[in-house]
Formats: sequence, structure tokens, C-alpha cells
Amino acid sequence: MTATIVKFYQTGTHTVGNRLLDPEHRSVQADMRRTNSLNSGHRACQGCGEALGARYAIDAAMQATDNQLIAANATGCLEVFSTPYPETSWQIPWIHSLFGNTAAVATGIAAALRVKGRTEVRVVAQGGDGGTTDIGFGCLSGMFERNDDVLYICYDNEAYMNTGVQRSSATPGAARTATTPAVGAAPGNVFGQGKNLPLIAMAHEIPYVATAIVSELRDLEAKVKRAMEIRGARYIHIFVPCPLGWGTASNQTIHIARLAKETGVFPVIAAEHGELTKVSKIRKQLPVEDYLKPQRRFAHLFSPTPNLAAIAHIQALADRNIRRFGLIDAAPVGAAAGAGDN
Amino acid sequence: MEKPFAITLDVGSSLANKTGSWRTCRPLYVDRLPPCNNACPAGENIQGWLYHAESGDYEQAWRVLTQDNPMPAVMGRVCYHPCETSCNRGQLDESVGINSVERFLGDQAIKLGWKFNPPETVTGKHVLVVGAGPSGLSAAYHLARLGHRVTIQEAGPFAGGMMRFGIPKYRLPRDVLEAEVQRILDLGVTLQLNTKVENIEESMQTGKFDAAFLAVGAHIAKRAYIPAGEAARLLDAMQVLRGMEGEEKPMLGRRVVVYGGGNTALDVARTAKRLGATDAIIVYRRTREKMPAHDFEVEEALQEGIMIKWLSTIKNMSDEGTLTVEKMELDEKGFPQPTGELETLETDSLVLALGQDVDLSLLDGVPGLEIKDGVVQVSHNMMTGRPGIFAGGDMVPSERTVTIGIGHGKKAARNIDAWLRGELYEPAPKHALAEFRKINPWYYEDAPKTVQPTLDQARRQSTFEEVVGGLNETNALFEARRCLSCGNCFECDNCYGVCPDNAVIKLGPGMRFEFNFDYCKGCGICSVECPCGAITMVPENV
Repeated sequence: MTATIVKFYQTGTHTVGNRLLDPEHRSVQADMRRTNSLNSGHRACQGCGEALGARYAIDAAMQATDNQLIAANATGCLEVFSTPYPETSWQIPWIHSLFGNTAAVATGIAAALRVKGRTEVRVVAQGGDGGTTDIGFGCLSGMFERNDDVLYICYDNEAYMNTGVQRSSATPGAARTATTPAVGAAPGNVFGQGKNLPLIAMAHEIPYVATAIVSELRDLEAKVKRAMEIRGARYIHIFVPCPLGWGTASNQTIHIARLAKETGVFPVIAAEHGELTKVSKIRKQLPVEDYLKPQRRFAHLFSPTPNLAAIAHIQALADRNIRRFGLIDAAPVGAAAGAGDN
Repeated sequence: MEKPFAITLDVGSSLANKTGSWRTCRPLYVDRLPPCNNACPAGENIQGWLYHAESGDYEQAWRVLTQDNPMPAVMGRVCYHPCETSCNRGQLDESVGINSVERFLGDQAIKLGWKFNPPETVTGKHVLVVGAGPSGLSAAYHLARLGHRVTIQEAGPFAGGMMRFGIPKYRLPRDVLEAEVQRILDLGVTLQLNTKVENIEESMQTGKFDAAFLAVGAHIAKRAYIPAGEAARLLDAMQVLRGMEGEEKPMLGRRVVVYGGGNTALDVARTAKRLGATDAIIVYRRTREKMPAHDFEVEEALQEGIMIKWLSTIKNMSDEGTLTVEKMELDEKGFPQPTGELETLETDSLVLALGQDVDLSLLDGVPGLEIKDGVVQVSHNMMTGRPGIFAGGDMVPSERTVTIGIGHGKKAARNIDAWLRGELYEPAPKHALAEFRKINPWYYEDAPKTVQPTLDQARRQSTFEEVVGGLNETNALFEARRCLSCGNCFECDNCYGVCPDNAVIKLGPGMRFEFNFDYCKGCGICSVECPCGAITMVPENV
């Protein structure tokens, strides 16, 4: 089942809750009894996108599994800010693994549950982009290939934020990090080949692959719910802006995520067994500058002189996403206004 | 306690870590004044009643609406809806069709026979209301609900005032008007028709009234001196429109010229067309932009085949009905100046629609009154210079619309109520205005306004059926749900959902939310992502 199509209820489906909707159609986050899997008092920065994404995803997973859930967590911001010994923010069974082996630890938990006959208990593995696309990539690929019964969730904030904003293989071209300073002929990160983990996961032809974004809560929750209806290896890649690492105001976290989607920089899709099944259309298409300008990690693209080549490169990547995934209905690529998906 | 291997401390919750100490700004829930409420001359809580209409609870919506305005079915037809002009949604796609939803609620109330709740207390005071027009009826309604005994004395044979004698049937069917008047009378208000108050002091003494509210309206047509032959058929707009209420409809002929540029001129021209005129021509001395009539009425009139001669004045009229018309031009200040260029126009009758004056004879000899520009001066609490006598509607200085009249009635009733108790009415302080820039429009789905059906041309030129149709239950609900709830929390759960620190506490339906400042880090996401701008950030004292 995909997201419920609701009629026009004043604010459509875009707000978290809606008093006019039947309770069963409301989002998990609107529920007064939501798990709050990641509880208050965690040490994430003000406006942390990852803390938000993690609560959205795990609360939805808890509801989908009747609270029968175990989570394994890679090293990274999420682990560091939530569990400084002896305190924990997690209100679910949770285990910290190493940086690179979360997928393998989760596989082990799933195997143990199978042996014990506790197949109603489901397993989630989670990590940041460093622990997923770099360090944990081998274990993750193995988990996919064996089709282990685990949902792996990657919270992608596009660099190693916990250790001080170092580049990862998920860092976009031209972005400034501690290890890719904005100096020289090609300032910031190299554009390189890119390493698109959702597409790599799709290439494994696992039962379910999806991308999601913190600005589209209902879509995110529907994807977690869908993932929990399926057995086998599943992968959800959640785009989580990082105010500290990206140099954005703490109150702009959701807005930046929204801009990433509306510019085509981050495509929001779902695929089953390697085939695309769902595409979230762009509501109002915007140029990539709108996404880049509010972020200090891209400030060097605009001053002292605009780096038109780099901006055009990023726009071309966004246009390619739009073309490749059909993010806009029946409108020419690069058109000023995109067709909505209403 | 025995601890597992390598564990030396008990498991603790991060709740011990009060991250609220990081905060430099704190979020604050606020209520702002919606622009529709701010613009409503009758002071309706529009957003408040739309809120109930959105969930399909039309009766509750009607009850909230009628706390301020007892005549929604009339209002939904004749109000010029400044609320819609100021609606923030207009900057998004199209304004919410507030007026059409109001009409739907009013019609629903008539259809289902909803009644006003009787007053909870009886004060024993008796108030005289002079005039059963919008202002008088509104004052009577509010006074009655406040527990006062009310008697309305009306000079004419029917209640309604200008709603009956100034607004044609095709805009306001009389059964609608009568139903809403009757509902006010059902509260126990006494209506005495054909009772002209000749002298207010005398009437008050005779009836032992504790206070009076005067709302006699402006019924005397202004005349302009136009040299005309003795046989020329020259009428005024009030004669024509009043005549429409009697058995004998006015005889206007095939060719009718109306002189004036207000809504009344349009009403007369459109009425003439419906009475069978082949040519209905409005002569107006300035341009369309300068016309005091509302543009949508001009548009409807033009669609019905009314012709308008702009920049023209009428010099004289012969016995045979030949008008001499002089072309005008606007000077640099925008005033029309004669050009000396003359032309003629054949007509069967000429109707003057040049505005109305107030018949103030009932006030003769009342001490302390101030009369300026033909209208009675009142203080901010609607009281005239004579204590205990209040006035409102067209007879006091203001724009003359039904809605303003209704608003005057309400305001006067509250002040009369306070005055009778020896107090001074203090209106509640207003919230700051909810401006469009405080709205986060992303969260609102695109949804254009449901346009009311209009009668097709042929039918409306020949009949007095209503021109504008009503909404049905489905599209009224849709229309109500287009409200953005500007500046006031409508419990969309966004703040509760978007807080990365679970620092927003949801209190349950109707109770809104509160912040948990033990953990709120002051990131401000809730404020930015609030769709309706009901959260503001204020600096902490650090």
C-alpha cells in the first residue's frame, strides 16, 4: 500500500496532522502516543535534520511492527549524540556496532531471531552516509546480496559531521568541507563519478529501495511502512540537512530539504526488485541556485565572483535527475514552473 | 545491583540532560487578527465560523457567525465582501469565497429552521429602535440577546428598510429577507409598522423607554436641477425602487436613462431592463475608474446589455423626452470639466440616482445634537449629543452599505447595554494583523475558488430571479476548507511533528500545544514551518 490519497483538507497532505482526517489516515508524528523513539535531551545541534529523520523513520517502523523492533546503529553523529554513556535517548531496543559493520550486526540479529523462532521481531540497521557509503559499504552490499531480512536506513547529511565535517563519498561536487577547502582552481569537493547508493541498492535488485526527505513526512512514513510489509533486504536513503556542516540557519533545516527536492538535486523515489515504482513529483520547480545560496558550504560559488561553470554543472545534474526519474510531468526540462502532482 | 560485564553505571535516560539551557531564542504561540475579520464592517469572526464549516458542522458555524451578524442569508447576497478583498489567500491563488459560504450557511439555517437561543438574563430595560432597516434590526437583535426589551417603530409598511426598498429582488429575494427578519422578531422583539416617530423625545417619554437607537436611513432622493418640459417623465431612483415593492410597477417606457454613477444607478438600470426597456442607458459625469459603484456590479450590468455613457452630464430635457447631454473631460485633478460639446439622447423617462439625504425631522428640538453635512454626529460609542439617544446606519457619517449598518447596530447595542448599566463599553484589544508574509504557503494545496453559478444572460434580463446562485453542500465545504487560518493555530500538528527535540507537547483536540522549555533548543524550525504564522521567536534573557 502506498500513501493514502486524501481529498482537499484545507492544507492537503502537506502538514504533519489534520483534524479533518480520520485518525487512521493521520501521520504517525501527529499521534499523541507516538513512540518518540529518539527522546528529548539528545545532544544533537539545534535544528538537526538527522535527529528529525531518525525519529520520523523509527517511530513509523515501531508503529508498523507493533513495537517489535531492534535497531543496530553505526558510529556517527546519530550514535554519538544519542548515547553518551550512561545516558540514552533511545526508547527502543538499540545496539551500537562499529562504524563499518552495522549491516553485518543487523544480519546477525535477524539470524538469531530466526533461530529462536521470533520472526515477528523486525530488525533495522541505521547509519550516516559515512558509515554507509564509505566504511560500511562492503557489509551493506553483502547484506543486500544475501537478501537478509533487515531494513537499512541511511541518514545522508553528505559528510562526516560528527568528527568535524570531513568529505565522504556522499559529499556533492563543489561543497566545502574540512578536507575539501574552497581554494584553488576547482574549489570544494571534486565532482568525480558520484556514488549513488540508492541506485547501487537497486542494482542489487533487493525487494525494496526508497529515498525520502525530512520535508515530506507522509511520504517518508509511507515508505517505512511499505518496507516493513516486505521481508528480505530493504534500503531507505533519507536526506537530512545538517545546519552545522552545511552552514545553514538552524530554523531552515526542513526548508533546505524541500529546496533539494524542488530543484531536482535530490530525487525522491521508490523501487521494488530493481524497478522504479514511485516518484514524488516536483511541485514548483526552482533553479539550483535557490538551494545552493542559503548554504555556506557553497558560498564560494557566488562570491567574490560567481562560479557559473560549477553552478551549471550542479544544474545539469539536477536536470538529469528530473529527466531520469521523471520528476516533472509533461513539461520541458529546465522549465521555469513545474507541473504539480496534485 | 549486579551489573553485566564491563558495565559500571546504571542505564540513564537523556532526559537528565536539559538541553533547554542551550537556547538563545524561545518560540511563543501567538494569535493574530486575520485580515478578513479585520476588514469586516459587521465585525464578524469569519475565520472562527469557517473553522466549524470546514468540519461540516454548519449549525455551529452559523451560531458563531450570528454572534455578530443576525442576517447571514441577506449578507451572503448583498455584502460587498471587503473580507475577500483582503483575504491572504488572494495572494496565493484566489481569495476564499467567504460571502458564498456565508450565504450557504444562511440558506441552510432558513431551510432547517435554526433559531437563536433566547437571552439568558432579563434586564427589565426597554429600548426604542427607530427604523427597521439593517442597522435597527441588528441593534434590536443584539439588545434582545443581551436581555433587554426592544420595540422597533418603523415608518414604512414593511421591515427591511433599504434592504427592501433599495435593493432589487434579483439581488435579494424577499422571502429570504422576511425569514431573517422573522427570526429576530422571534426573540421577542416588538415591531410596530406604519409608525413614524415624529418627535423622538416625545416618543421616548410616552413609551417610557430607557434608551433609543435611531436608524432611520437615508430615503430622500437628492435632486439636481435639470430644466425639463412639463410633460417630461422625470423620476428619482427611490421612487422607482420603492415602486417595485408595490402592486403598480413603475412605468418607465422602452427607453430609460439613469443619471448617476453609484450602485443605485445600476440597480435602477438593471430593474428597467427587467421591466421591459429595450435601451437602459446610464449617464455618468466621470469615468469607470471614478465610478462609486462596485466594479462587479458594473460588469454584471454591462453583461446584461446596460449601456453607460461616461464623461457626460445632462443639461436639460424636453417634453418629447429629448435629453441634451454635454461631454465632459477630466482635468489634472480628476474633476470633470465641461467641454461645450453637446449631443442629444431620446428617452421615455429619466431617473435621477444622485444619492440620498436623511429625514432628520424627528430630531427637531432635541438638545445637544450636532448635525453636520445632513447627518447626525455620534461619538465613538455611537451616542449622539443627547445622552441615551444613539444613532447609526446611513444617518450618521459613514459609507452607506448594509454591512456597515449591521455593524453599527451591533456596536450601538453593546454601548447601549453598557450605558444602561452605567458603564462604558470597552472593546477587547485587537491582536496584531496576520500579514501574508507570516504565512508559510508551501503547506497549502493549490485550490481555486468555487465560482458561484450565475443565471444565464437571457433569463436575468427578463426576470427578477436571483442573478447569483448559491453553493451546495459539497462546494461550500470545499470553499470553507480553502481558509488558511491566518495567524491562528488550527492544530495541524506541524510544530509537534517538526521539532527535532520532542519539545512540543500536544495537549489534544481543541487544546492546542505548549513548549517544553526543558528541552527546546530554540532552533526555530517550528516557527518557520508553522503554516499560519502562529509561532514567533523572542530572544531569551541570557
